[in-house]
Amino acid sequence: MADLSIDFCGIKSPNPFWLASAPPSNSAYQVNRAFEAGWGGAVWKTIGAPVMNTYNRYAGLDGPEQKLIGLNNIELISDRNIETNLKEIAEVKKNWPDRAVITSLMVESDKEVWRDIVKRTEDTGCDGIELNYGCPHGMSERGMGAAVGQVPEYCSMITEWVTEVASIPVIVKLTPNITDIVQPARAAVKGGADSVSLINTINSIIGIDLDSFETVPSVGGKGSHGGFAGPAVKPIALHMVSAVSMDDQVNVPISGIGGISDWRDAAEFMLLGATSVQVCTAVMHYGFRIIEDMIDGMSNWLDEKGIRSVEEIIGKSVERITNFGELNLLYKTAALIDKDKCISCNLCYIVCEDTAHQCIDLKPFDGGVKPEVREDDCVGCRLCFMVCPVHGCIEMVELDSPAEKTWKELEGELSDPMSWEDLREFQKKHGIEIH
Amino acid sequence: MTISLKKISPEEYRKNFADMKPALSESAAIVEAGRCLFCYDAPCTNICPTHIDVPGFIKKIMTGNYIGSAKTILSENILGESCGRACPVEVLCEGACVMNDKDELPIKIGQLQRFSTEWRRNNKKSIFDIPESNGKSVGLIGAGPASLSCAAYLKLNGYDTLIYEAEELAGGLDAFGVAEYKLTLKSVLDEIEMIKEMGVKIQTDTKVGKDISFDELLKKHDALFIGIGLGRTRSLEIPGNDLNGIHDTIDFVKKYKTNPPGETAVGKNVIVIGGGNTSVDAATAAKRLGADTVTVLYRRSESEMPAFAHEYEHAKADGVNYQWLTNPIAFMGDTDVEAVKCIRMELGEPDDSGRRQPISVPGTEFTIPADMVFLALGQVADKEFIKSIPEVGFSNGKIVADPKNGKTSNPRIFAGGDVVHGAKEVVNAVQAGKLAAYEINKFLSDEED
Ligand SMILES: Cc1cc2nc3c(=O)[nH]c(=O)nc-3n(C[C@H](O)[C@H](O)[C@H](O)COP(=O)(O)OP(=O)(O)OC[C@H]3O[C@@H](n4cnc5c(N)ncnc54)[C@H](O)[C@@H]3O)c2cc1C
Ligand SMILES: Cc1cc2nc3c(=O)[nH]c(=O)nc-3n(C[C@H](O)[C@H](O)[C@H](O)COP(=O)(O)O)c2cc1C
Ligand code: SF4
Ligand code: SF4
Ligand code: SF4
Repeated sequence: MADLSIDFCGIKSPNPFWLASAPPSNSAYQVNRAFEAGWGGAVWKTIGAPVMNTYNRYAGLDGPEQKLIGLNNIELISDRNIETNLKEIAEVKKNWPDRAVITSLMVESDKEVWRDIVKRTEDTGCDGIELNYGCPHGMSERGMGAAVGQVPEYCSMITEWVTEVASIPVIVKLTPNITDIVQPARAAVKGGADSVSLINTINSIIGIDLDSFETVPSVGGKGSHGGFAGPAVKPIALHMVSAVSMDDQVNVPISGIGGISDWRDAAEFMLLGATSVQVCTAVMHYGFRIIEDMIDGMSNWLDEKGIRSVEEIIGKSVERITNFGELNLLYKTAALIDKDKCISCNLCYIVCEDTAHQCIDLKPFDGGVKPEVREDDCVGCRLCFMVCPVHGCIEMVELDSPAEKTWKELEGELSDPMSWEDLREFQKKHGIEIH
Repeated sequence: MTISLKKISPEEYRKNFADMKPALSESAAIVEAGRCLFCYDAPCTNICPTHIDVPGFIKKIMTGNYIGSAKTILSENILGESCGRACPVEVLCEGACVMNDKDELPIKIGQLQRFSTEWRRNNKKSIFDIPESNGKSVGLIGAGPASLSCAAYLKLNGYDTLIYEAEELAGGLDAFGVAEYKLTLKSVLDEIEMIKEMGVKIQTDTKVGKDISFDELLKKHDALFIGIGLGRTRSLEIPGNDLNGIHDTIDFVKKYKTNPPGETAVGKNVIVIGGGNTSVDAATAAKRLGADTVTVLYRRSESEMPAFAHEYEHAKADGVNYQWLTNPIAFMGDTDVEAVKCIRMELGEPDDSGRRQPISVPGTEFTIPADMVFLALGQVADKEFIKSIPEVGFSNGKIVADPKNGKTSNPRIFAGGDVVHGAKEVVNAVQAGKLAAYEINKFLSDEED
């Protein structure tokens, strides 16, 4: 069986799966249960400044078959006081020496207050500190959370206050509510952070009730924007993780967060550079028991691939990500429809006809009609492939690619500035017809 | 007079006995798995006699962890592949699925179970790490589901296990009893290969009590498990019961399942006697083998019939006729059966089983033409053999053993399956074997210290 243990900037964990700082890691009772179920680590629900929560604090985004594709929340940091939390953290760490116990902190932007809480946190014996610069609602109005994460200078400054006194690893948790995630990541590293974690939740309003005209959820008639998480945010999180791991100024371990529900999601984050992953919404949907398949599935997959340690996959796919200008413009594919599998819903036809390149015809087949792709006209956009409801019915087949040419190379070879005529000439030469 | 028999072509046979519930394609399995709510303390798991973690194995299908899914199943039910196809899911997991209360179709748990276990088999994956032998040996009698399960779970604890089977092939009624359109003989034999690969030894053509004595087994092994099932169908002591064309359903099912397709002949007019699930199997097999008419005789009425409602519906859909409150009183014919003489019954006071007692109505005799008759009156245990086992009780036609652990009054002898709990399902026999394995392990480890 593959070795799932990881070393995250000195923090050891029997597997890369941690609870994210959120309701599932709110108390010793819960974290004990999570560790019993097999979680490798837990980032404690953020503790710090005094807060009080509203009732009706969550709202879900549902699909027709699947509930909770996304989760919106206006919950604040822990509404239990610092003493109680620290006492419980110490107790949990004592009971679970092999697990990663990390304390998430958020206090007012005052150097002394930060230094004080860091020292008290270290006294619990926990393995690391996560600085929550991400909470996008409530706390940010009070100059904490995302209000720090969105301003790289604050991010560096506060991180420095902490790292100057901290003797255990410091993780800075980033907010995605920013244009370029790399900037705050660099700022954190500049402030001495040992690692970064991302993403926190994304600003969101989940919906409006069409009878009452109130927000969903409604807190006595009013609402406020919240933070969005869950499976729907995964693509955004994956991109941000990859951007940070590709940056040559941010050379610290990454803890990947955002929409991770199973071992496959976790593996994808790790392939893009995460050393550990954190989970919140999926646990809030099904409970701690989802860890069983995360461990089992990951280890079976690694065995299948002949990979002995999960650490070997970290960042393995980063080299596969590049800029658009580096992609081969002459790599060709076309859709191919298997008429025997086709159930004649004609969705492929209508989406190609109305919204792509009008290259599917409905041809007589077996007494009826079935769609057929005109390969020469197909631009290989993949739209029909995506809408087809039958697994394996439409395949994107690789066509012979005449040569290799990237946009960057083309820019050097054709006239400067590039003219449509030159480009047309190039396409014609390689049998590419855009109508 | 010669009996008029019919045969169907091999092609027709394959069509008529094709899987009633076909295997799910990978994409269909993933979509179906996606419907499961992943309930906590799930009713499907609770009702399953082997308590397979149903949401757990379904979740693993969703994440593409098929091997993990198969392991989740086989850890609790080593014949999970058979059970996925043969279990009466309508009254077990699928009947308990919470989706029913949402007015939605239940999750196809049986077919998903088949998907994962077949995937393992097709991809030739071994699931369990078998520990080194602990030097202790357990002998098991009868290679039906109960012993196969007991032996496999003992193997996981390091025991040497040897199953003695009277027949030429292992599998018991799992292999030779379950209707072919539910479960094929071939897939059961393949499943048994997996158990053999785990290191379970099976010695076939060895009837204990005849080819080898019980005492010898007691000398050879540290503990014994009896999983001999129930034997033949009860005979019907009425005139003409020795005529040709009167068959024990169990023999007949075994025959059509082992014969090459198209080889088993069946009467044009078939009578089946009895109202349990075995009678449904006899009737549907006869119909699918080409019989023109198949009539089931049952001495009580429709509402007392012990067959599962879904099995009864299934027989009706196959075109089987039912004669309620009808008791056979004689078989007619010279050498071959030609008709069954019957009498009408009415229901009197409830008997010990709580069911109303059928009483014959004088003067209502009538005959039904038949050129083949199947007896499906319930099986009876091999009393003579059981009585020869030292210190093991026999009562109500069954071995007396604790259903929680298979213990008999002889501390070295354990028993389970149909021979203890009466005719139930494959899944019940698997559970009985598993529980006995745990108890045998406890007994033999305790002995050590
Ligand atoms: C016609 C029919 C259809 C059925 N259909 C279904 C179904 O669809 N689904 C379902 O779940 N269940 C079904 N069952 C029930 C199921 O097959 C049994 O409950 C199950 O097989 C019992 O397992 P067992 O191990 O207790 O006994 P068995 O399966 O009866 O196995 C006992 C074995 O012991 C051997 N044996 C007996 N005596 C000796 C001896 N002295 N020495 C050596 N070996 C011996 C026998 O040859 C046999 O192989 C059906 C049963 C019948 C009869
Ligand atoms: C209800 C709720 C409360 C949260 N509270 C915190 C918090 O106190 N501190 C923090 O750093 N992140 C908090 N988060 C963000 C999560 O830790 C995590 O970054 C985010 O939910 C994305 O992961 P997911 O898609 O697995 O849910 C919270 C998220 C949710 C849904
Ligand atoms: S989940 Fe529990 S706390 Fe939340 S609303 Fe339901 S019952 Fe109340
Ligand atoms: S979308 Fe798929 S199934 Fe529907 S018509 Fe097109 S090829 Fe056929
Ligand atoms: S009861 Fe139905 S929905 Fe719930 S876990 Fe079982 S199969 Fe899934």
